[in-house]
Amino acid sequence: MKATVLVRPKDGILDPQGEAVEGSLRKLGFAVSHVRVGRVIDLEFDAEGPNHARMQLDRMCTELLANPLIESVDVRLEEG
Amino acid sequence: MTFPGSNDDRDAAWALSAVGAEPVLVWHDEHELPAGTGAVVLPGGFSYGDYLRTGAIASLAPAMSAVKQFAAVGGPVLGICNGFQILCEARMLPGVLRPNQQLEFVCRDVAVRVENADSLFTRRLAVDQELVIPVKHGEGAWYADEGQFMTLAARHQIVLRYVEDVNGSLGAVAGVVNETGSVMGLMPHPEHAVDPLLGSADGGLLLAAVVDAATEHALVLARA
Repeated sequence: MKATVLVRPKDGILDPQGEAVEGSLRKLGFAVSHVRVGRVIDLEFDAEGPNHARMQLDRMCTELLANPLIESVDVRLEEG
Repeated sequence: MTFPGSNDDRDAAWALSAVGAEPVLVWHDEHELPAGTGAVVLPGGFSYGDYLRTGAIASLAPAMSAVKQFAAVGGPVLGICNGFQILCEARMLPGVLRPNQQLEFVCRDVAVRVENADSLFTRRLAVDQELVIPVKHGEGAWYADEGQFMTLAARHQIVLRYVEDVNGSLGAVAGVVNETGSVMGLMPHPEHAVDPLLGSADGGLLLAAVVDAATEHALVLARA
């Protein structure tokens, strides 16, 4: 199975990195706002069907890939 | 404990010796702590490139399983800087350390105020006492959600606060303890403040308390 995990700073969590990127984009002349910087994790793994795959991905997210205190995850499973 | 990237492990060992400890450096892939371990110190520096989030990979090191078992039976554990980040990621301490709000590495002496002088690690101090201890970190902004923060404050788990805003840390938190008080993490480096010639000896008071706690824990183990 292939999956992509998108990790974002949770709503309301201050994202100084996003603010710095926003500042620089503005310097370039772009009228941007609400810039948030997250992380993309692509992975391939073995699973016995999509349910098993989702279960494993949930565990990967809580045990390592994201810190639920400050980050939200969006998991995209690509079957096959 | 030494992780790949730790750079204050030997300083911590030296400073702990100066206050009466007999430190042993333990490599991160050991599965057991040395027999008779009285306390564990996770040092500052870096670990595993601090990939993903600071301390996240190190929190899963084999030696950390041993540290968790040690803490589960009341063994005192102190995490300094990266060690604090590791303890938060290992969920042995509440909250998480985020990039400094000003996005700059901060490296200077700071004053911290003692909020709780009853904890294992702050017993040699007094409430409201101010200590001067250096910080040197890029990711020291401690964060917890509001409910958690209120609970921690009510339970006196916030033991040290910065006197000024150093890094955007919620509530100016510089150091916290776990619910039982046997695990503490702090961003300032007490091991760099053990000699007045180097600016301050205030860190020695914290480290001496770790040695007290280690001696007590070793006695409890010996009696068991």
